[in-house]
Amino acid sequence: MPNQLPFSSTLVYLADQAYFFKSFFRNIFKKGFEWEELFRQSYIIGYKSIGIVTLTGFILGIVLTLQSEPTMKEFGAESFIPGMVSVSIIREIGPVIIALICAGKIASSIGAELSSMNVTEQIDAMEVSGANPVQFLVVTRILACIVMIPLLTIFADAMALLGGFMATALGGDISAKLYFTKALTILDYSDVMPAVFKTVLFGFSIGFIGCFKGFTANSGTASVGLAANSAVVTASVWIIIIDAIVVQVTNSLLYS
Amino acid sequence: MELEKVIEVKDLTKKFGDNAILNGINFSVSKGENVVILGKSGTGKSVTIKCIAGLLTQDEGSLKVFGQEVKDLDADALKALRCRLGFLFQSAALYDSMTVRENLAFPLKRVLKIKDKAEIESRCIEVLQAVGLADAIDKMPSDLSGGMRKRMGLARTLIVKPEIILYDEPTTGLDTITSKEISQLILDMQEQYDASSVIITHDIPCAKITADRVLIMNEGKCFAEGTYEELANSEDKFIRSFFK
Repeated sequence: MPNQLPFSSTLVYLADQAYFFKSFFRNIFKKGFEWEELFRQSYIIGYKSIGIVTLTGFILGIVLTLQSEPTMKEFGAESFIPGMVSVSIIREIGPVIIALICAGKIASSIGAELSSMNVTEQIDAMEVSGANPVQFLVVTRILACIVMIPLLTIFADAMALLGGFMATALGGDISAKLYFTKALTILDYSDVMPAVFKTVLFGFSIGFIGCFKGFTANSGTASVGLAANSAVVTASVWIIIIDAIVVQVTNSLLYS
Repeated sequence: MELEKVIEVKDLTKKFGDNAILNGINFSVSKGENVVILGKSGTGKSVTIKCIAGLLTQDEGSLKVFGQEVKDLDADALKALRCRLGFLFQSAALYDSMTVRENLAFPLKRVLKIKDKAEIESRCIEVLQAVGLADAIDKMPSDLSGGMRKRMGLARTLIVKPEIILYDEPTTGLDTITSKEISQLILDMQEQYDASSVIITHDIPCAKITADRVLIMNEGKCFAEGTYEELANSEDKFIRSFFK
């Protein structure tokens, strides 16, 4: 809408998102839930992302260990490396990096798929046939993201600890038992639970933004690329904002 | 005896921003009748049938389908109305992540709520045989040619046995022979399923084969109306230009 002021177009954009959220929320509880499609989307979003998530998590663990090792050695604190890697990965780096990777892979794929369905009138065809496109396309994708992103993050965290162990073991003499005991005993519920909660919100934002951008794409093939691109950028920004808010809230609740 | 009107359009207007697409169009479709809408690109033909299907809402005027004012229907009533409509999109709009079988089963499971797998299978095969695509049941839409996609789109439209079928340029992009086959198929299906149809086309042979009545639109209004022969033999230069 070229004639609109930036402020009013922002309001319209937010109102569209609020309406889309309402539509998503209402359709979760409507009759005829698409269980089969939910499982299919969970397979696509979860299982098909395991490769990239494994690689990312594993390398993160190695890099974090190698980067911190010299400094820790300087202070004679090598024995704290497993605990430091584990706390950093599980509380912050794992959830955020995996969410950003998933924003790139999943939000873009949802945005591109739904916008291309939109451009080729497939969504209109579903609607006009009397089926419910929001229930079939949106609810299943967002819920699959909400379930699978936390699971992928937990898996990536485990891979990062494995990577950290490999990097430590290659540079010195440490048993797997000692490494993982040190890495895991330092963890508390207050480290794990906010991180898991955060990943649920990341999952929601990835699914929601991907679906919203796809559903509201303009006609024309160029809009498919724009929707995919915009879905990645917006979901990534939301991940950072949500992270900042959750860290602030959990710090004030748990450590004040 | 006057036939029952299944679609009644009165003084329908629709604007997109400042651009008026429909400027008070009037027409009706009787039960079992095939109405072909001709007109230049951008005269509001597709907008008209999208309003009939409830995909767009008019700004002013009245649009009744089966006697119900479409814009006044709530979501459930609109869904119920759509169960009685079929819409063949210009691109066929096949769900490209699903096989032909899954495309056909989609409305059966969700609209007609059929759970029995054997019944779904038999209805899929029946409608595919009717459109001559029985061998394509396990293919993906991307494996189908343009003509096959149109046939498949028609099969998906017909599988719920709609009482009104809206066709948006069913023969666009097809060669002459395939166009004739699709046009004949539209006519055969209309006879077999006893449906009323609104057919938007630029394809004059298609109009000749399928039309009980032809309506010519210009600048968002109904410019002329009559049988194919009446309009083809019209003295009016603009009307005759469509049939050359």
